[in-house]
Amino acid sequence: MSLENWQEHKRPFAAIAGAPLTWLLVFFLVPMAIVWLYSFGQNAGPADIAITGTLDNYKRATEWLYLSIFFKSLAVAALVTLICLIVGFPVAMAITFASDKWRPWLLLGVMLPFWTNLLIRTYALMMVLGGNGYANKALGALWGGASWLRTLVGLQLLDAWSPVQLLYNNFAVVLGLVYVHLPFMVLPLYSALDRLDRSLIEASLDLGAGHLRTLWTIVMPLAAPGIFAGIMITLIPALGAYLTPDLMGGTESQMIANVIERQFKRANDWPFGAALSFLLIYAMFILIALQSLRGRKPAEA
Amino acid sequence: MALLGRRRPVAPLEYTRKTWMRLWIAGVMLFLYAPLIVLMVFSFNDSKRNVVWKGFTLKYYEKALNNEGLIEALVNSLTIAALATVFSVILGAMAGLMLWRFRFPFKGSVEGALSLPIIVPEICMGVAMLIFFAKIDWPVGLPWPLNLSAITIAHITFCFPFVALVVRSRMASFNREQEEAAKDLGAGEWQTFRDVLLPHMKPGLVAGALLAFTLSLDDFVITFFTSGPDTVTFPVKVYSMVRFSVTPEVNAASTILIILTIALTALALKLQGVKAIADAH
Repeated sequence: MSLENWQEHKRPFAAIAGAPLTWLLVFFLVPMAIVWLYSFGQNAGPADIAITGTLDNYKRATEWLYLSIFFKSLAVAALVTLICLIVGFPVAMAITFASDKWRPWLLLGVMLPFWTNLLIRTYALMMVLGGNGYANKALGALWGGASWLRTLVGLQLLDAWSPVQLLYNNFAVVLGLVYVHLPFMVLPLYSALDRLDRSLIEASLDLGAGHLRTLWTIVMPLAAPGIFAGIMITLIPALGAYLTPDLMGGTESQMIANVIERQFKRANDWPFGAALSFLLIYAMFILIALQSLRGRKPAEA
Repeated sequence: MALLGRRRPVAPLEYTRKTWMRLWIAGVMLFLYAPLIVLMVFSFNDSKRNVVWKGFTLKYYEKALNNEGLIEALVNSLTIAALATVFSVILGAMAGLMLWRFRFPFKGSVEGALSLPIIVPEICMGVAMLIFFAKIDWPVGLPWPLNLSAITIAHITFCFPFVALVVRSRMASFNREQEEAAKDLGAGEWQTFRDVLLPHMKPGLVAGALLAFTLSLDDFVITFFTSGPDTVTFPVKVYSMVRFSVTPEVNAASTILIILTIALTALALKLQGVKAIADAH
């Protein structure tokens, strides 16, 4: 389809382009620019920030204390993405190959949590994981079962079950992030798998390849764009996650977003917080650039 | 035997009829839904320390509905979401049409800039909004609903690019000959837009509106940075309740919001069908 040149239709173009572009400029680009300028400033008074062009904030941000939190956030986000991929891939496969009667319901089942309030979902998970929550009770029951099985083979009973700490640690943060981001991963995987030519899979199976081999050599390469889209859509929000580590994490499981928040709410060091924010944004840009490089390769081949 | 005999053999691609696959799906659904169900069930529990079932009660709903702070926060949230939806749909539709229709200089940069509010981490955008409204001395302490203006502006900013995406992808299926036919038959720009383009765009607008409404209702981080002490939204209120005291009141309030979400989803399904919504994501 040919696009219209804006110069030949100046009035309709101005009518539809003016408002959204002005909005974006005033309420997004200008605020971001102010943050960027602040990252080169320093506190000059209780409510005054002087933009002096100093690089001190960035220097401080690259100290090991902050750098380690940054790497840790990246590691947590990568782990969460990997778990989501492993858990979500079979779900996406099942939705793709489900009967017409079941497919909409399975899709709905994945989407409904996606539409449910993030805070409510986090709170629900916290309730289940709490000291007397159902997760602990279920583990206790398993422990009891294992203990009983041991008596069958003539071994001693295990020690009595004591509730484990499932909340306020790194485990809780990873589990919470997986819980929140799983639907983000399944939906793009599904839309990639759905576009796949099924006769290729059938051919592979007919020619004697097993299901795993077919998955690895046929399905995965063909669904690669969807897999990468799913990875990005999970990795980026997980890296910048604030709520889950704040509510479910302990003191040692703070992520980069929590450090940024502290600069603005408690430590009141806005220039330093601005520098950290921009480092996070640069990290996002690098991730996106990596993905678009990857996306271009097959087209060249 | 007869029953077994009638069962169709499992075809190679019928993954959903394999036992391990069914178990996997059941496990994932349990993981996704069990916490929400526990939360909803325990909102009816007659016990303060909501871990053991003590009997059915509605008193926490009564308490939640009589909690003025909570109700005010819910009204604020719904007001902001409604306003943000209206403005995002208008701005998003304009931006979507612009990208779909025109060729103009720096189009790539404009597209990139429009997708920034989607990619930039929430925390960074929250910080930007906090600094921006502090810098320009945005008036605080205005009467309701004007005191919600800062939060509403922030919400419109992150919602309308999503609407633009949905509208643009919807317009890709538009047949331009229809528009030319309308113009040949004597319709002006505006009439063509109203009678030909708009009807085609409508499903995209509905999907975009639902997306904007949920995104706005759901947002915590950006609101947390933009809101003042007297402009509390529902997620911010629930956050402070969860932070400082876990009470069954939170369960009751959450259950009300979950039911609202399900109702909205059901509405979306009725209007569009599951497939269209899945594609919109």
